[in-house]
Amino acid sequence: MGALARWLEEEGIPTTQISLVREHTAAIRPPRALWVPFILGRPLGVPGDPAFQRRVLRAALSLFDATSGPVLEDYAEEVPVTDQPEEDGSVFACPVNFSRPVEAEGLAGELLREVAALAPWYELAVSRRRRTTATLSGLGPAEMARFLAGFIADPTTTSYRDDVPLPLALRLVTQDLKAYYLEAAAVQPGARVALEAREWFWRSTGAGQAFLRLRDVCLAHPDDTVKGFGARSLVPLAIAPRPAGADALRRY
Amino acid sequence: MPRLAELGQWERELLLQMIDEIPAFSGQPWVAGPPLDERRVALITTSGIHRRDDVAYADGAVANDYRVIPGDVDADDLVMSHLSTNYDRTGFQQDANVVFPIDRLRELADEGVIASLARYHYAFMGAARLPGLEPKAREVAGLLKRDAVDAVLLTPV
Repeated sequence: MGALARWLEEEGIPTTQISLVREHTAAIRPPRALWVPFILGRPLGVPGDPAFQRRVLRAALSLFDATSGPVLEDYAEEVPVTDQPEEDGSVFACPVNFSRPVEAEGLAGELLREVAALAPWYELAVSRRRRTTATLSGLGPAEMARFLAGFIADPTTTSYRDDVPLPLALRLVTQDLKAYYLEAAAVQPGARVALEAREWFWRSTGAGQAFLRLRDVCLAHPDDTVKGFGARSLVPLAIAPRPAGADALRRY
Repeated sequence: MPRLAELGQWERELLLQMIDEIPAFSGQPWVAGPPLDERRVALITTSGIHRRDDVAYADGAVANDYRVIPGDVDADDLVMSHLSTNYDRTGFQQDANVVFPIDRLRELADEGVIASLARYHYAFMGAARLPGLEPKAREVAGLLKRDAVDAVLLTPV
């Protein structure tokens, strides 16, 4: 992103930016940057906290006062720790039971059961937030579950829409389905968000297990773009390393 | 966070490898401007967001294409189709402003902290490769100038 800032500034547009990976910003040397000590994905720090966001924003804009650069300033305020476990530890318990083994009822059945179990929470999340981000594919959650389970069972399965190529279809459906789970989980008692939500999705849900199986299917697929999706765009590095041979220098 | 030391080994390795891909830039661009309360501000994000009905980001050459975010956009109408799976999306799912602080900037404009907001803002998908991105960035610079923008805030994801 620092490169964008440099090119814009070369064209005569003054820029300031928020930086999440200080090492990248220090190497690129954009004109003005505020490094923030927040997790990847949250450059303004705290969702739903306008006062916190404003302080970060004001700090980033204040770099326009500098008379020379490059400026790389560190933002000192940390995100407040509010998601502490309750004393009985129930914050990490899962109100929806995902404990049945996947093989017992088949992957499609397991996914459909989970999707149905989360439906009231997802609907509550949508009504609370007045929005959902799980709309990229245009499919409903049950259709997504069936499409993914079908592709895992039979990798010759084609896209759900003629004008959406298979690799894109797989990415949009997996992103939507994960958003469905995470939006639902975020309004449950002991809400799971951020890194804790990631652990929950990948290690405690049938969908997480299905995604790991989907990765194996993609890596064995004849289409290189499907292989690339499986290698890089499906399973986070925090959960599993990239398979040997994946293009390590891709920028994501 | 994300202080590299606090990340897992594989995440840290990827972020460090990305430094090797950074091209050598020459010179140090610097453009002065008026006081903040006289500036017209645009937001540019590399978070791979777009309006709900826009075409999602895809891999390949089209990964360089930007999306236009109209100045009157409802933040609740923004979705995200970035190629990367290596960052938190639950914050954005809860509040788009944690990535794209359009409502916060509107407040600053109302209070006179900044003079005004641009007619259009822009979103890129940060996994795009740098060589293909440069012409798009310079194209956006021309559009910003026609919009009289003299301050850009860039946000990553």
